[in-house]
Amino acid sequence: MIKRKLPSIRMIFMMVILACAGITPAQAGDVTGLRGGVPLDGAERSPELTKWMPDSHALPRAYLQQPPLVPHQIESYKIDMRQNKCMTCHSWSKAKETRATKISLTHFRNRFGSEMSDVSPQRYFCTQCHVPQKDAPPLVENTFKPVEAIK
Amino acid sequence: MNLFEAIADLAKRKTWPVLFTFLGLGVIFLGGFQWALAVTNTEQFCISCHEMEENVFKEYRDTIHYANRTGVRATCPDCHVPRQWQHMVVRKIQASNELLHKVLGTIDTPEKFERKRLELARHVWEAMKKTDSRECRNCHNFNSMDFTRQGIRAFDFHERGFAQNKTCIDCHKGIAHTLPRGMTVADDSSHMQ
Repeated sequence: MIKRKLPSIRMIFMMVILACAGITPAQAGDVTGLRGGVPLDGAERSPELTKWMPDSHALPRAYLQQPPLVPHQIESYKIDMRQNKCMTCHSWSKAKETRATKISLTHFRNRFGSEMSDVSPQRYFCTQCHVPQKDAPPLVENTFKPVEAIK
Repeated sequence: MNLFEAIADLAKRKTWPVLFTFLGLGVIFLGGFQWALAVTNTEQFCISCHEMEENVFKEYRDTIHYANRTGVRATCPDCHVPRQWQHMVVRKIQASNELLHKVLGTIDTPEKFERKRLELARHVWEAMKKTDSRECRNCHNFNSMDFTRQGIRAFDFHERGFAQNKTCIDCHKGIAHTLPRGMTVADDSSHMQ
């Protein structure tokens, strides 16, 4: 019984110390989120409308192991239990006739390392990694530069 | 007896009232028939059945034929009822079967509809294939398409598809509604060289 009580006593002790040090949630506002310091109950200005980049050919990669970007519009392309619109062109059985890029061989391997006969469930949702592009300013300013070696 | 004599004869016998009565009835009947066709060719009429409103109509609202930049909409009858009178009447007669199943409640829940969806979709695909996608072509005419104004992919596929006598539905299945579960390789007619 005494052993079990000990942690909770410690917890109370630490909370008292933290409270004395003045670290309360109210002062966590120093960190600016993507909302740009707009309070949760405040109205944010509506984001600028941007358009998807027009269809083009394969886009260059910016870093090693980067999932290739989608160089075309994919609006209204559904990926769900019934259908995967991407696979109507990018699957191995269709890629040749549609002149699309085949999905990677790695996408047939499941999480246990077994090779499947079709795309692995963990790789099924293409847009988790492969995204189309918008001509929009970055949400957060940064100094990122593409890797020279794969340019 | 020529026509004039026949008319003179009718006038003598005072059959004009009878003729006018029949003429009037004909106008009312034909007018009513055309009116009934017009009324049943509206989106509002289609979605007055919850079978349509709850399933296919809801899905269609997410698609380009409902929500788009130009504000031109293709509603249910634009794609599902032929415009040409003779084809339209045939379709209307076929619809009596749909009335029967409405009464029987064949697809009156989303679950029942899901179970039937593949079969129903196949009927529509078959019909569109048979008519060479006639209803699509009321608006989308091959000969009026400017490939250079299409995307890279559309240009390529349309050029090859038209050359291989493909019809719209071969590649454009599921553009206005969710695709059914259980489709087989045979349902995919989009293969091209």
